[in-house]
Amino acid sequence: MESKKPYLWLLGINLFISTFTFGGGYVVVPMIRRYFVEQKRYFTEDELVSMAAVAQSTPGAIAINLSALAGYRVAGVGGAAVSCAAAVLPPLVILGFVSAFYAAFAANAVIAAVLKGMQAGVAALIVDLVIDMCGMILKERSPLLTAMIPCAFFASFVLDVNVALILAVCCLLCAGRVLFGRRMNR
Amino acid sequence: MSAVWSLFTTFLQIGLLSIGGGYAIIPLIQEQVVERAGWVSEKVFTDIITISQMTPGPLAVNTSTFVGLQIAGVPGAVAATVGCVLCGVALSLALYRFFNRHRESAYVFEVLGGLKAASLGLIVSAAATILLLAFFGTGAPTLEAAPDWAALAVFAASLFALRKWKVNPVLLMVVTGGLGVLVYLRPLP
Repeated sequence: MESKKPYLWLLGINLFISTFTFGGGYVVVPMIRRYFVEQKRYFTEDELVSMAAVAQSTPGAIAINLSALAGYRVAGVGGAAVSCAAAVLPPLVILGFVSAFYAAFAANAVIAAVLKGMQAGVAALIVDLVIDMCGMILKERSPLLTAMIPCAFFASFVLDVNVALILAVCCLLCAGRVLFGRRMNR
Repeated sequence: MSAVWSLFTTFLQIGLLSIGGGYAIIPLIQEQVVERAGWVSEKVFTDIITISQMTPGPLAVNTSTFVGLQIAGVPGAVAATVGCVLCGVALSLALYRFFNRHRESAYVFEVLGGLKAASLGLIVSAAATILLLAFFGTGAPTLEAAPDWAALAVFAASLFALRKWKVNPVLLMVVTGGLGVLVYLRPLP
């Protein structure tokens, strides 16, 4: 455990990550994995999956929630506050800048081309993350959890079921399994 | 003062109700900001979504910044943005601490396991949407739609580089953005 809390590092890394969070909040998960798990080893990949699950199950943007949780894990409530502020600042400044002349910005061909290229990069980042995370859940060898991944995917992508409902049903199923298991043992 | 306060409370509500995030919450923001408060018009709201896709950061945060700026300048933007993220961050921290404190409980262990599996399924769903957008330019392509072969090639090369060499994600964003200019930027006539 370090005696000095790495507030400055948290500030810098969250500003950096947030500036490059194009294409939806999920890109933050591989970014946090890169810097917090692989580089600094502040926590394990399994903890990251737990944090991502918590960030997604509570209201608000997953990117901001996950940054706050990672900051909390590293340096307590102060770390969460620093990370959260640093995660919000770049979009705030950039949007303030862009909103002044957004018509010209939206029609700019270079920006459109950069974003179109980044889309393929974002897709690759998320698929890379999904491959590793699926491997982790499959390792637990639980048929219920393994079945939940495709079911949640199907409910969300094909049936367009509300995200909160999907998360609630999965929680109830798991809690029910504990209850049922205890009755069987009695 | 009152405009700043009502920005804060409105976006506090939006933040509290927006479980799941992403594009699922567009109608919710639209109802509060366009229909109830009448802060921006339908047209401007559509522009905000377009800009949000072109700039970093979550949609809800971008919308709150933009609307706040329009209504009450920089203090308005800060009030709306803080309101927007406050509940989510506080509840995330509370839930995370709860899970950690009761780590030995079989219920907590199982429920967290379920949340992990379910949220992974949801990430796969988001990935599928992003793949369709990257390859076909729309989230719901028809069967006859021709894929964008350049995007497929960039995707395949990126994934290979990530699996094989664990390329830095920020570097990957910069490189694919640069490739986008080379591939998609047509010289002006």
